[in-house]
Amino acid sequence: MTNDERIVITGVGLTSPNGDNITDFRKNLLSGVSGVKKFTTRYLGDTLAGICSFDPLKYQKKKDIRRGTRAGSISVYCANEAMVNSKIDLEKLDRSRVGVYIGITEHGNVETENEVYNLSQFEYDTKTWTHHHNPRTVANNPAGEVTLNMKITGPHYTIGGACAAGNLGIIQGVQMLRLGEVDLALAGGVSESIHTFGIFAAFRNEGALAAHADPAKASRPFDRDRNGIVISEGGCIYVLERLSSALARGAKIYAEIAGYASNSDALDFVLPNSERQAECMMLALKKAALAPEQIDLVNTHATSTPLGDVSECNAIKKVFGSSDKTYVNNTKSFIGHTMGAAAALELAGNLGSFEDGMVHPTINVDNLDPACDLKNLVVNVPKKAGKIEYILNNSFGMLGINSVLIVKKFNEK
Amino acid sequence: MTDQQIKDMILEIVADIAPDADLSNIKPDIRLREQIELDSMDFLDIIMELRKRYKIDVPEDDYMKLSTLNGCVEYLRPHLKDR
Repeated sequence: MTNDERIVITGVGLTSPNGDNITDFRKNLLSGVSGVKKFTTRYLGDTLAGICSFDPLKYQKKKDIRRGTRAGSISVYCANEAMVNSKIDLEKLDRSRVGVYIGITEHGNVETENEVYNLSQFEYDTKTWTHHHNPRTVANNPAGEVTLNMKITGPHYTIGGACAAGNLGIIQGVQMLRLGEVDLALAGGVSESIHTFGIFAAFRNEGALAAHADPAKASRPFDRDRNGIVISEGGCIYVLERLSSALARGAKIYAEIAGYASNSDALDFVLPNSERQAECMMLALKKAALAPEQIDLVNTHATSTPLGDVSECNAIKKVFGSSDKTYVNNTKSFIGHTMGAAAALELAGNLGSFEDGMVHPTINVDNLDPACDLKNLVVNVPKKAGKIEYILNNSFGMLGINSVLIVKKFNEK
Repeated sequence: MTDQQIKDMILEIVADIAPDADLSNIKPDIRLREQIELDSMDFLDIIMELRKRYKIDVPEDDYMKLSTLNGCVEYLRPHLKDR
């Protein structure tokens, strides 16, 4: 591949329940700090969630926050942070050549639920329904708010991909750079889902919502006593550019995109499928021209549901069963499931491995489920792995959507 | 409501709608939109708040009458005289 086809990550902006920048986030993942807290939601009452504490006023006016959405605020914060992190001067950038591609699990539920509640307070008089409803709920809202805030005139849209969306946002950015449609992509994923009761109620009613007396222990993938998902908000947006432009400006390169894949189970609305997940990983490996043994770390999607975790473990056993050197970990055990942000955010939590040679663990494994007994699963304490060169990042979602992204430690050759 | 109370009430609504604006020197006889950042969607928020808080329905043809603070007082006085 030429340097115009090679795509690299040169900026990271994120907000997570346990950190609002990549340095703090990494530090907390290596020191076992959970971001899961008690949370009260309308109708349902007390539950648990991962809540972000970034300051939206860092990049927005109060009025922008009032007019827009939480997903918009998360996106604006992450996109600005990514640009600052990349050291690119936005003022000097041709903003017609910047694309904004943001993965979302869903959008509009929060705003619609708020309005329906508001309506109930005014005897269902539809004249009290806000005129802001449509701009808040159009599916491009989170990406559109970024363009309004940063005066970006290139293309923007969101990519609806359930919980596989974060990887898909990045993949879209990579593709648009390779097609020459843009010169810089702000790409990743966000989620505001904790602000609607519906997602909690639906998971609870299907027996998939985590409950635990200690919030920090509630998200426990691979543990025998795991009982469901902790729903979280969050966001992670990357600056992606062609290697040629990154080298020309002497940019810090966090990673190179080595390969990716996406496929569909075509089987069920909700249930995952181990076979298709394995196929997706193998397809990504094939596109990256890598053997399983070359992957140093698999960051799992596992959400702490009894069935889902086993399905992914079986897929990993199938693909990496013969690899002795592939470590496996999980980031949701710290921050819960950040939905549309999950893939992008969890990748960011692991990029530090390229520099520090550490693998952050999956925490809260008090009794490892025998069905999840993966070779080289890094449990409860970080592992000093030495050299990490390739990371494979899994992300799967409802309706049988799978996405896999492989990133490589940057090496100019 | 007295005229002053009506003015204060409108300014309270505007403060919610334009939270970044400085309302300390609003001139009552000059259009609000000329003094602070207030677009048509914001103006509709004022109409909405009057509906929600005081059950006052302002027909579209009357919107212009609410463009200044004094205009608001004139227009709303009969609606709010017994409140």
